[in-house]
Amino acid sequence: MKAKKKKLIYNSVTFGLVIAAFLICQLLLSTGGMSRSFRGQLIPICCWIVMAVSLNLVVGISGELSLGHAGFMSIGAFTGIIVSGWMQRAFQMEDPVLRLVLAMVIGAVLAGIAGALIGIPVLRLKGDYLAIVTLAFGEIIRNLIDCLYVSVDGQSLRFGFLNNKLPGDLLMNGPNGAVSVQTIATFTAGFVLVIIALIIVLNLTNSRSGRAIQAIRDARIAAESVGINVTKYRMMAFVTSAMLAGAAGALYGLNFSTLVAAKFRFDQSINVLVFVVLGGIGNTMGSMIAATALTILPETLRDFGQYRMLAYAVVLILVMLATNNPLARAFFGRIFAPVKALFRRKKPAEPDLKGGDAK
Amino acid sequence: MSKKTHNIIVRVALLLVLVLVACLISSCGQKKEEPAATEAPKAEDVITLKIAHIGPLTGPAAVYGNATSNGGQIAADEINAAGGKYRIEYKTYDDTHDAEIALNCYNKAMDDGAQMIVGTTTTSPCIAVSAQAAKDRTFMLTPSASSTEVTKDKDNMYQICFTDPAQGTASAEYIAQNGLPTKVAVIYNNADAYSTGIYQTFVDKAKELNLEVVSETTFQDNTKDFTVQVNDAKAAGAELVFLPIYYGPASMILQTAAQIDYKPVWFGVDGMDGILDIEGFDKSLAEGVLLLTPFSADAKDEKTQNFVATYQKNYNAIPNQFAADAYDAVYALVAAAEKAGITSDMKAADCCDKLIAAMQEIKVEGVTGTMSWSANGEVTKTPTAVVIKDGKYVGFNN
Amino acid sequence: MDFLFNLVNGLSLGSIYAIIALGYTMVYGIAKMLNFAHGDVIMVGAYISFCAFQYWGLPPLPSVLAAMIFCTVLGVFIERLAYRPLRSATSLAVLITAIGMSYLLQNVALLIFKSDPKNYPGQIIDLPGLSLFGGQLKISGVTLLTIIANIVIMILLTLFINRTKLGKAMRCVSEDRGAAELMGISVNRTISVTFAIGSALAAIAGVLLCSAYPIFDPYTGSMPGIKAFTAAVFGGIGSIPGAMVGGLLLGVIEILGRAYISTQLADAIVFAVLIIVLLVKPSGLLGKQVREKV
Repeated sequence: MKAKKKKLIYNSVTFGLVIAAFLICQLLLSTGGMSRSFRGQLIPICCWIVMAVSLNLVVGISGELSLGHAGFMSIGAFTGIIVSGWMQRAFQMEDPVLRLVLAMVIGAVLAGIAGALIGIPVLRLKGDYLAIVTLAFGEIIRNLIDCLYVSVDGQSLRFGFLNNKLPGDLLMNGPNGAVSVQTIATFTAGFVLVIIALIIVLNLTNSRSGRAIQAIRDARIAAESVGINVTKYRMMAFVTSAMLAGAAGALYGLNFSTLVAAKFRFDQSINVLVFVVLGGIGNTMGSMIAATALTILPETLRDFGQYRMLAYAVVLILVMLATNNPLARAFFGRIFAPVKALFRRKKPAEPDLKGGDAK
Repeated sequence: MSKKTHNIIVRVALLLVLVLVACLISSCGQKKEEPAATEAPKAEDVITLKIAHIGPLTGPAAVYGNATSNGGQIAADEINAAGGKYRIEYKTYDDTHDAEIALNCYNKAMDDGAQMIVGTTTTSPCIAVSAQAAKDRTFMLTPSASSTEVTKDKDNMYQICFTDPAQGTASAEYIAQNGLPTKVAVIYNNADAYSTGIYQTFVDKAKELNLEVVSETTFQDNTKDFTVQVNDAKAAGAELVFLPIYYGPASMILQTAAQIDYKPVWFGVDGMDGILDIEGFDKSLAEGVLLLTPFSADAKDEKTQNFVATYQKNYNAIPNQFAADAYDAVYALVAAAEKAGITSDMKAADCCDKLIAAMQEIKVEGVTGTMSWSANGEVTKTPTAVVIKDGKYVGFNN
Repeated sequence: MDFLFNLVNGLSLGSIYAIIALGYTMVYGIAKMLNFAHGDVIMVGAYISFCAFQYWGLPPLPSVLAAMIFCTVLGVFIERLAYRPLRSATSLAVLITAIGMSYLLQNVALLIFKSDPKNYPGQIIDLPGLSLFGGQLKISGVTLLTIIANIVIMILLTLFINRTKLGKAMRCVSEDRGAAELMGISVNRTISVTFAIGSALAAIAGVLLCSAYPIFDPYTGSMPGIKAFTAAVFGGIGSIPGAMVGGLLLGVIEILGRAYISTQLADAIVFAVLIIVLLVKPSGLLGKQVREKV
């Protein structure tokens, strides 16, 4: 009962935080109190949050190390761009909201299919082998997209592989990537996507399937022996995560007038992994906050001039040490003790924050 | 359970503190900038131009961004030291060769009150930024983003460098008209917009001019081994190898060819400039390399020599064409600003249309030649063919 | 002839991957962590030997030794400062710290050495090559040395781990850290020694990498680092002969793929082969099939 209640509180706080952040941003946007530099980062932040939350599903909840998450994002991104460009040019569909939704849905579906295709053979592998195969997959996708040319000719799409002589309007131009993209992504769409991702991930985690996934993570053989279909549940987490990454990719792709495949190299996958680990493996709220913090951080470090990325690396290492070293954690625990005491006074009905295993 | 809760609370609290600190730092940074902006135009007749430069200072493309940053800085320093009518506030924003970060840079520059942009250095970020700048009406002049996509459908975007198709066509014409070997191999980077862009037009033009392209091979950004590509060209009997690539991989190709005793005519484009200044590079390998470039650091004119001397003094390196293009970009902007009558207190959006009109009228003599611009933003200047002889550039025709 | 030529080039690229993979696999096998900063230690090794030779005027061998000493100290220092405090944390937390360390090394190198690429002096490893079939086929001195170095290092490492007391301690730590500690083995010291050896190997790899492919800059280490990690997994991570076999094969596949299939798709081909091999042999070519205990 208590565990259930705690989950409810955790979920409501998570949703509350997102909605509050959205409302504050909207308020600042309407009063003009937000700097341009921050305004421009809102949509990418939403995308990276969804990426972090979805990778957390694989790394944290399902316990697999995936280094190819950016690959799914790139599938979603380029699919979204092609769908949106095609709809606009071939069918004169000018409504940006409709096109954005369509792009995100189709992007998610294709990324999900890719996830399933890769997942079927790959999920037999474990640990670092899974990591290296997902990394390999991400690199293959990047290499293929660099060779891909797509154009809209009348009402049909034309694809060229290593062949740039296509009739009609080019949507994708090989290593130039997607060109002349109409930027139709909006912050509201980003917010809605974050909420949808949260609903899916939190519901999945707290459902029967979610418990099965976590059981497989904690003790695969034990889970198997009580009749849990290991492959099915691992696939469920993997494909869901790929679909969310695809949707985030579509939103991301439609926020810039150009996009190149090199954007989704393995360092980008690793970046998302950094969000997840920094936020606390398995902790959805933490993933969100870490994604936000680490997206804003390099921008706030601009005053360091040429030492900017150096400062970023130092901050990253220090934060990792501070949040994972037992000594440092105990130290910060003491510092934050008054904060927790404050919470306790307000809610005296919750004595279980004190020590002891409250199960 | 409780320990876990405790951990989560500590972690979330730490992260929130991090976000708060980050926000505080950024807001402090902004507050500090603002008085400077209003303070600047004190003297009556001195006009301060706020120029933002966007380019990669870190990341794998850092070498190009640092060159443009330094080149522009020298021009700004010279103008400020000369004490004329104009003062330049020149600030570089690091975009790490990424469209998302480049847009952040642009927004930050606008927050800082920049009036015009020199940049961005690399193509893909430039396309992203110029689209946004076209909407906002901000004038941009890129030193080195050479794709035609950069200027396409945007009236606010001008280039200092040649476009990729122009280079591809010019190279093919040069080879055909100057009695160079007609059995040609091409090695290009198929993950790079610049290289692929030149390659595509070169091959089309070569077909037209009856050049025989016998070998086409590619590499990617992280390729280390070029034996397959060079051997393919050798096996196909190519007498001339066209290298529409940057000098880093080009120098690797030259060394690989030397190992297998392959000695064709090497023909490069402006990205090849800089090959002689790689520290430790055996210059004799580049003997006889031909390249079509608007800039060579060995040029005899006073402007170039001054520029090269200052660059060497300040940065302890020989400038390449990226630096030269950025140097010219700042001078071109000042010339356009003078023509357009830009004043210190104008906003970016007020400057834009005036600068666009002025750009098409001015003629600038820079270290990369005499430049004028057409309405689509492309530059007109003449590339010169130079050949490397005894570790120095020499004009090919004279 | 053409095939032999490509095969030799594949082997020379592969031998470079192999020598990096040996260091990777050594650290992974004992400390059980993916050290993403390994590639950047290689880059540091290249810069130090370059400076020693070019600026400080040291002869070739002392330059290489200087790089090895510097990298050893650097490796131990990194371990002490960034990885040891996380000994009790999850392996992912250490992985992220290693990534942070990788960024740190890259950016420090960028500030000190600037972004301009440099050409590694060929005089550091100036050995005569081998000429076969009347000069039609040449194997460069660097390649020969790299292959010899690979074999020597492989044998020495195997002997070290199997025959010495410290090696035994390493195997203990790798097997069960807690039990090792109970037996009076200092886990921290053992892992420090592992990092020292791994980093010294990285310095050697840096010298060989840049002698074979001379253009280098502060980001030179990252891609070979990833490729070597791939090679180590390919051969069965943790297995020392596996790392070498994996590295050599990866190089050969890359070059043959480029020569006979497509230069445009070289990366895709390498990684596709890797995926297929791992599907057939899920623990790599020479990896041990670990039985799971309930």
